[in-house]
Formats: sequence, structure tokens, C-alpha cells
Amino acid sequence: MSPLFDFTDYGALVSLVSSSLIAGALLGVVGGLVGVFVMARDLPFAVHGISELSFAGAAGALLVGADVVTGSIVGSLIAALLIGLLGSRARERNSVIGVLMPFGLGLGILFLALYPGRSANRFGLLTGQVVSVDTPQVVALSAVALVVLAALLLVWRPLLFASVDEDVATARGVPVRTLSLVFMVLLALTVSIAVQTVGALLVLALLVTPAAAALRVASDPLVVSLLSMAFAVVSIVGGILLALGAAIPISPYVTTISFAIYLVCRGIGHRRRRIRTADVGSRP
Amino acid sequence: MTTAVSFRDAALGFSGRTLWHGLGLDVEPGEFLAVLGPNGSGKTTLLKAVLGLQPLSQGGLTVLGEPPRRGNRRIGYIPQQRLLDAATPVRGVDLVRFGVNGTRFGLPLPRRRDREHTAELVAAVDAGGYADRPAALLSGGEQQRLRVGQALADDPPLLLCDEPLISLDLANQAAVSALIDGHRRARNAAVLFVTHDVNPVLDLVDRVLYLVEGRFRIGSPREVLTSEVLSELYRTHIDVVRVHNRIVVVGAGHEEHEHPGRRA
Repeated sequence: MSPLFDFTDYGALVSLVSSSLIAGALLGVVGGLVGVFVMARDLPFAVHGISELSFAGAAGALLVGADVVTGSIVGSLIAALLIGLLGSRARERNSVIGVLMPFGLGLGILFLALYPGRSANRFGLLTGQVVSVDTPQVVALSAVALVVLAALLLVWRPLLFASVDEDVATARGVPVRTLSLVFMVLLALTVSIAVQTVGALLVLALLVTPAAAALRVASDPLVVSLLSMAFAVVSIVGGILLALGAAIPISPYVTTISFAIYLVCRGIGHRRRRIRTADVGSRP
Repeated sequence: MTTAVSFRDAALGFSGRTLWHGLGLDVEPGEFLAVLGPNGSGKTTLLKAVLGLQPLSQGGLTVLGEPPRRGNRRIGYIPQQRLLDAATPVRGVDLVRFGVNGTRFGLPLPRRRDREHTAELVAAVDAGGYADRPAALLSGGEQQRLRVGQALADDPPLLLCDEPLISLDLANQAAVSALIDGHRRARNAAVLFVTHDVNPVLDLVDRVLYLVEGRFRIGSPREVLTSEVLSELYRTHIDVVRVHNRIVVVGAGHEEHEHPGRRA
């Protein structure tokens, strides 16, 4: 059995994956930021559902010899728009996702079963493969990430308002419904680049865990966003660097780092809240 | 001065059901109008019509001299208290800031003017002590004070309040209604106040619009909140009892709507 870590020739390896590192860091920034809204809008389950259909799209593209990134984007856009249009209320949304998700996963498995190529490609889509991403793909992934980042910054204030306080935002004239669909599209794009990196099964580790961790220790929207981005970047870049010296995929490293960060933040948040409660209790 | 809200022979209904019709009502600047009635009588929908979110099925409506339109910055809106999830990435002060720049698209660069304006609003509703705490950890009264601050951001000549006192204790009911009334007096603003329970604002109310199953009555609390009028509206015998400057409505077979309860 190969050891978990083997850091001989490490420097040479790092230079080989420098473009993957850049793409990974960019994904961390976008994923961390999108994650804040995923939490505020209560969409973690939707992230999971979209990633399964994104996987189906990528697998379908692999089967017919089309571009895998394009396939995964098409799959997640379809899922996100269906979820956005059919499930405006949380309860409806969850049942729509629950129906879509197994269908997407089944479709993806069918495509992979029919695919005659190397089996390593098959599992990459489920469990991650960033180190094998080639340069044109890195460019495509980075471009998508930058588009999402720019769009998110432009709708930032109304989107946050609508996410936190939908009724008042509607009353104030914020186009809540349109923003919700716009966000689903941005989420779909983010999920499809994350699928390329950590794989469909583990997208939540980048789109939910960092934001959930940040929310444990902060509530200022700016601080939460910065922390969430930092946590996601550390998870993915750390995961890539650790995976270089190992024979197993990067996703376990990414998920373990992001989970560890979450546990630490939970601990800190718990202590802070206890101190605060004690504080309030001692007031006359 | 322009009438704040003016309904002319207005009707509103959807999916084949008419909520109310033949409504003629002028709310003047500085007037405090309480909108009362049981669940489902169309109180909240009336506010939605004024906000431009729900078109009338018939008749006319002007708001501050114009046809109703979405996103009218001259209207302040105060909703009922809502439990915020722990995953809400905002502090108390951010709720107020939504009123200042929450509808603005574009790069969210911090502006000193916005920050100062937000700080003034926080001070105006006396929320400085807890504005930096996570919004999810605020008490109902704290949240509602901040929501008043949010609604006052544009110094609106018209305030719409939808059950803002629900599930608050008596002290906070008094504090929040005092803030709303303070703005009304300072700005000569009109207030449309939807509520189940008129008692916390009884001393502030100029007129009452009482809606029951499409029927309605408009007048001073003394005129409308009587056994005779309410019995006619509900079409069943209703007793209205005044105890210690509070009004208690007791009816056969209908819920006691003067207690804070579910939303209309």
C-alpha cells in the first residue's frame, strides 16, 4: 500500500500543479463567498442536488466526447433553474431537490457505465481530480469563477437584503424573485467548477462548511465573507498540496481540512456565546 | 397637503374571492389609522396594494398623490417580528443599514455617508447597546426597534406597519409604538397600522378601519369599537367591554382577536 504522504521531489511537483493551485484558490474565494448566501438562503440541500446533476452533465459529456466542463455547467444550470422556478418555498424546494437528485445521480452512473474510456476518469467526477485538470480547463474554470465573483459583488447588497429579510426587501422594491434566479445561476456555475475540483459528492465541503464555520465565530457580513473565503482557500490549496505527496484523491484532504476548521470555529463560537450569556446574566 | 393614501370605490380580491369592495378611504398626513379585523379579512393585502405589490381588482388608489408603485422610497415598512436563523450573516446594525442602502446595486464599497446615516438611525431608536450583536440573538423588542430604525431611513411621510407589536411584551409594545408615534409627530407622517390588538395603540389611533369578510366600517375607535357596530360586521352578537381604558371584544363563536395571535 502506498503511504499517505511522500514528499520526495515535492518542489518539482508543486511547480507542475501551479495552475491548479491558482484555479483552486480562485474556486475557494468564489465558493466561500457563495457559501455565505447558501447559508443565509438555506440552500445546502440545493447545492447537493445541483452537484449531482452537474455530475450527470459531465458524465454525459465524457460519454459523447464533448467538453466535460461545458457538460457539467449545462447539468448544474438545468438543475438550478428547475429548483429556482419550481421551489420558491423551502418545503417545495426540498421535495423538488429530493426528486431531482437521485435522477441526476442515476443518469450520471448510467453514462459512466456506458463510457468505454479509462476508469480513473469516471471516479474523478465523483471524488475530485483537480491535479489532472489541464491548462485550457484551468483557464475556463478561472474565467467562470471571475464572472461569478464579479456578478456576486454587483448584486451583493440587494441579494443580502433579500436573503435575510425577504418581506421587507420586497416591500422596498428589491426584485426578490429575479435575484433569487440570478443567485441560482451563480450557484450553478460555482457548483460546476467545484465538481471539477473536489468532485460531485464533496462540493458541500467548499460551498457550505467554510461559511458555516465562519458563521460560528462572526456575524458582520463582511467578516463572515472574508473568513469563509479564507477557510475555503486554505481547505482547497492545503488539500492540493497534501494530495501531491499521496496516491489518493485530493478530496479527503480538502474535506478533512474544512471539517477541522469547522470544529475549531464551533468550539470558539460556543465559548464566546457562553461568555456572552454569563455577561448578560450578571447585569443588574 | 397631499392625501397620504386615498382609496376610491376600491375592491380587492384574487382567485375568485373578493376580500373587500366599495372601499373609500382618505388617510391624511399625520393621521394614525389602525386596520383591524380577523384573519383573512385582507388587512395585509391592503398594505400590499399601497406598496404596489398587489393591484386592485377595481377602483382607484393613490399613494402620496401618485399611483402605487413598487419600491416607493417615501414609504417606510415595518413588518412583524421574525425569528432569524442562526445562519443569518448580519448584526443588528446591518438590519438598519438595509434601510439605508439595501436596495442599491453595484460594488458594495463602504461609504462614510451611509455609515453615519445608519449610526444616526440606530441612535434615534436607542439601539446602540445591542446594534453590534448578531441579529439572530436579538430579543423581539430589540429587533423591532431596529426595524423601526430601518423603516425611518428615508424619513418617510407614510409608514405601513404590519403587526409590528406581535409577540412583544407590554413594555416593548409601548416602546415600539412610541417610536412609530414619535416619527408621525415629528414628520407629520401618516401611519397605517395593521393589528389584531388595538389596545397597545388605542391612545394613538385617530381612526379605525375594521374589516370583516368583505364588510368594513371606518370611524373613530369610539364609533367603531362598539357592540352594535361589531355585531353588525360579524353578523353575530358581539359584546364590546371597556375595562381600564382597554377594549375587550367578546363574541359567540369567533376568536378573541384582540389578543396577539396569528398573522392575518
